[in-house]
Amino acid sequence: MARINSPAELEEFRKDIISKKDPNRPCIAVCTGTGCLALGAANVVAAFKEEIEKQKLQSKVDVVDIRETGCPGFCERGPIIVIYPEEICYLQVQPGDAKEIIFETILGKKIIDRLLYVDLTADKKVVHESEIPFYKNQKRLLLGNNIKIDPKSIDDYLALGGYSALVKALFHLTPEQVLELVKNSKLRGRGGAGFLTGVKWEFARRSPDKTKYVIVNADEGDPGAFMDRALLEGNPHAVLEGLIIGAYAIGSHEGYFYVRQEYPLAVKNIGIAIKQAEEYGFVGKNILGSGFDFTIKVHQGAGAFVCGEETALLMSLEGKPGEPRPRPPYPAVKGLWGKPTNINNVETWANVPLIIKNGSDFLTSIGTEGSKGTKIFSLVGKVNNTGLVEVPMGITLRDIIYKVGGGIPGGKKFKAVQTGGPSGGCIPEEFLDIQVDFDELAKVGAIMGSGGMIVMDEDTCMVDVARYFLNFLTDESCGKCTPCREGIRQMLKILTNISKGRGREGDIELLEELARTTGDASLCALGRTAPNPVLSTIRYFRDEYEAHIKDKRCPAYVCKELISYYIDPDKCQACMICLRKCPAEAIDGGKNRIHIIDQNKCTKCGTCFEVCPSRFGAVTRLSGEPVPPPFPEEKRTIVRKSKDK
Amino acid sequence: MNEMLLQIDGKEVKASEGMTILEAARSVGISIPTLCHHEKLNPYGACRICTVEVEAGGRTNFVPACIYPAASGLVVRTRSEKIDKTRKMILELMLSHAPDAPALKDLAKEYGADRDRFEKEPSFCILCGLCVRYCAEVKKKSAVGFIDRGPNREINFIPEIASKECWNCKECFPLCPTSYLQTAYHLTEALAFPSSSFLRTRLRGTPMLGA
Ligand SMILES: Cc1cc2nc3c(=O)[nH]c(=O)nc-3n(C[C@H](O)[C@H](O)[C@H](O)COP(=O)(O)O)c2cc1C
Repeated sequence: MARINSPAELEEFRKDIISKKDPNRPCIAVCTGTGCLALGAANVVAAFKEEIEKQKLQSKVDVVDIRETGCPGFCERGPIIVIYPEEICYLQVQPGDAKEIIFETILGKKIIDRLLYVDLTADKKVVHESEIPFYKNQKRLLLGNNIKIDPKSIDDYLALGGYSALVKALFHLTPEQVLELVKNSKLRGRGGAGFLTGVKWEFARRSPDKTKYVIVNADEGDPGAFMDRALLEGNPHAVLEGLIIGAYAIGSHEGYFYVRQEYPLAVKNIGIAIKQAEEYGFVGKNILGSGFDFTIKVHQGAGAFVCGEETALLMSLEGKPGEPRPRPPYPAVKGLWGKPTNINNVETWANVPLIIKNGSDFLTSIGTEGSKGTKIFSLVGKVNNTGLVEVPMGITLRDIIYKVGGGIPGGKKFKAVQTGGPSGGCIPEEFLDIQVDFDELAKVGAIMGSGGMIVMDEDTCMVDVARYFLNFLTDESCGKCTPCREGIRQMLKILTNISKGRGREGDIELLEELARTTGDASLCALGRTAPNPVLSTIRYFRDEYEAHIKDKRCPAYVCKELISYYIDPDKCQACMICLRKCPAEAIDGGKNRIHIIDQNKCTKCGTCFEVCPSRFGAVTRLSGEPVPPPFPEEKRTIVRKSKDK
Repeated sequence: MNEMLLQIDGKEVKASEGMTILEAARSVGISIPTLCHHEKLNPYGACRICTVEVEAGGRTNFVPACIYPAASGLVVRTRSEKIDKTRKMILELMLSHAPDAPALKDLAKEYGADRDRFEKEPSFCILCGLCVRYCAEVKKKSAVGFIDRGPNREINFIPEIASKECWNCKECFPLCPTSYLQTAYHLTEALAFPSSSFLRTRLRGTPMLGA
């Protein structure tokens, strides 16, 4: 492919690509994002290819294209395929289904019912992707294209109008006008703090230095989060285009992608994208003949959570230990190698081409007063539709969890939703109707963070949740400053003690005091936000803390040291199921002999509780009360009244 | 040099560009406690005992005086109930590691810090980094460094360098605010058992080197 030297040449080339694509030609798009790959998508692709080869040999022409795409979000039901042009969506497709799909759907134009989404609420099957409730209630400005393109193909991106925002910026707008558009769009950073992107760009633009850097923060270290990963893997050119436009507005000629090495596919796809963009002349010297130069490097991070913090990221890029630097000076003034630097999150950059192409009103027309556009969340935990969801700002938590997420599995009760990653907060039922945006989440003690969303049901212990996140943060603290290193460590100790039944009067107050010091005096936002999981759980679930501390009781039956399993002798039918399943061999009993759990051997795994037939319901959980003494040996034999006697 | 005017504890203070709040305060005789600070070394901002309250642009923030640049119009408070509570807590956290360090005991008295508030885990080190930074910045040897992170962070001599450089220097010893025994211990260990200490450095490494 030769370099493209002008906007006119690009449009010519784009027309050419589009004209070569027959919109009616069938295409099977297979999600090969990380989630579906883990579920065997590669084998599905191979099966399709094999089947198509066979078809070609046996008969006619080739009948269908295969497109390996990025993640469309519905990971719960992967591997996912979408068949174009009809947009038929099949879920949980196995290699064994390939032949049938080719014959029935591609050649026979028939729908295979078995592979469709079943909408249980309406008791019907759904054929088209956009009609599945999971998708119907989203607004997928950024993720929507993932299933439509092969991320390794720049032509696919161009066919969808890619790089036209870049042309507009470089040839029809001054850097100041680009900046103005982004400012007017009120776009706020998606990486956590929600800082106004245009304002940040302006700081960097105004810094008096010839050398400036722009950086894509793709560290994404929150456990369970994979929004940025899906964008980079599935639509890398969108992020790249945003970055080039930003560089133009800021006056930077060098950029970096900082991607964690645990994201091999993201690293690979962004590398391919940059190479293609260089070949086409979208990156490099004299981009599209505009006179603007911009080069990009990819840097792989070693995967420390704190390296996502922008100043630690800079240290890491410079080859130093990833410890945050004090601010001020801010990166916009003194960043990478002392030069003005602008760092934005992957999702933030991906919004830029949309704003340039469609104008700032496009973004401001979506969302709330203070938060515009959409936000991608990774919806995980106790929710039916685990996956990536992109929703307009201002949607309620309830709609995300119930309409998009399909509610809580197993008929369990909702307890809390945790937003914002490890240093986010837990939000209880009473606030499910708040509008999701930067400010409303902060008001209830949580944060938007980068978009982690963990749903918890009634079987979740909130003390244990706080302990879990603090444990993560202890490990991930860089250890440089006292309040973060020592404060989190002491909070974790107290939480661990509480969950083991060693909590003491005054522990809650001490936690609050530690939280205050850690939150106020830490060097970076890791420490400053670390108290959130503790404070929010104390705020909304104080009674659970008190139950642990005062009654040595875990209301959710999670904290092992505080619970016991007990077989009610009046209900036990000596069926031997629990006895056989107990992995610790802690159950004594036999045929017609009432079972007893040996409390010394019991590991509290809960297997007996789960397997005891519900019509007996003999295994019970106890917490905060003593286990009744073992049933007397002589009464343990069950004498069954037989009908024929 | 640009002259700037800021307010510290109600006093108008002149400062020049490049000065920190700590320097500006000290220039008018206002004292702010420090532990990890040293005139000869670059500001570090790790111990946070010098935390002060800064008002700027309508917002109040807690910042470390030793590293925060003085700027025109800043309103700084070096003592308040909140600041004192914060310093007290920071001291208590440190005292669990170095309960008998004289520098900490003196400050503990002033701020009413309870040395027994937290369970003792005597490592004797509060990770102020004075030894590490002195060796790197003044002596340019980097014979001692940090290893590991979070609560596992500790100082460690690098045997190859230490065995050559340290016996005739030991200038870091008196800098240690807790007790230089700890430093000496590490040094001795490094010299006496280079392989074990070496191994530890290697095994635990510096995992945060994102390169
Ligand atoms: C501990 C910690 C981890 C962070 N991790 C990330 C991350 O993985 N990705 C990211 O974009 N921002 C992360 N941030 C936020 C960045 O510091 C920074 O605010 C962000 O990259 C700015 O981009 P934005 O304005 O587009 O949001 C993290 C912050 C902290 C304190």
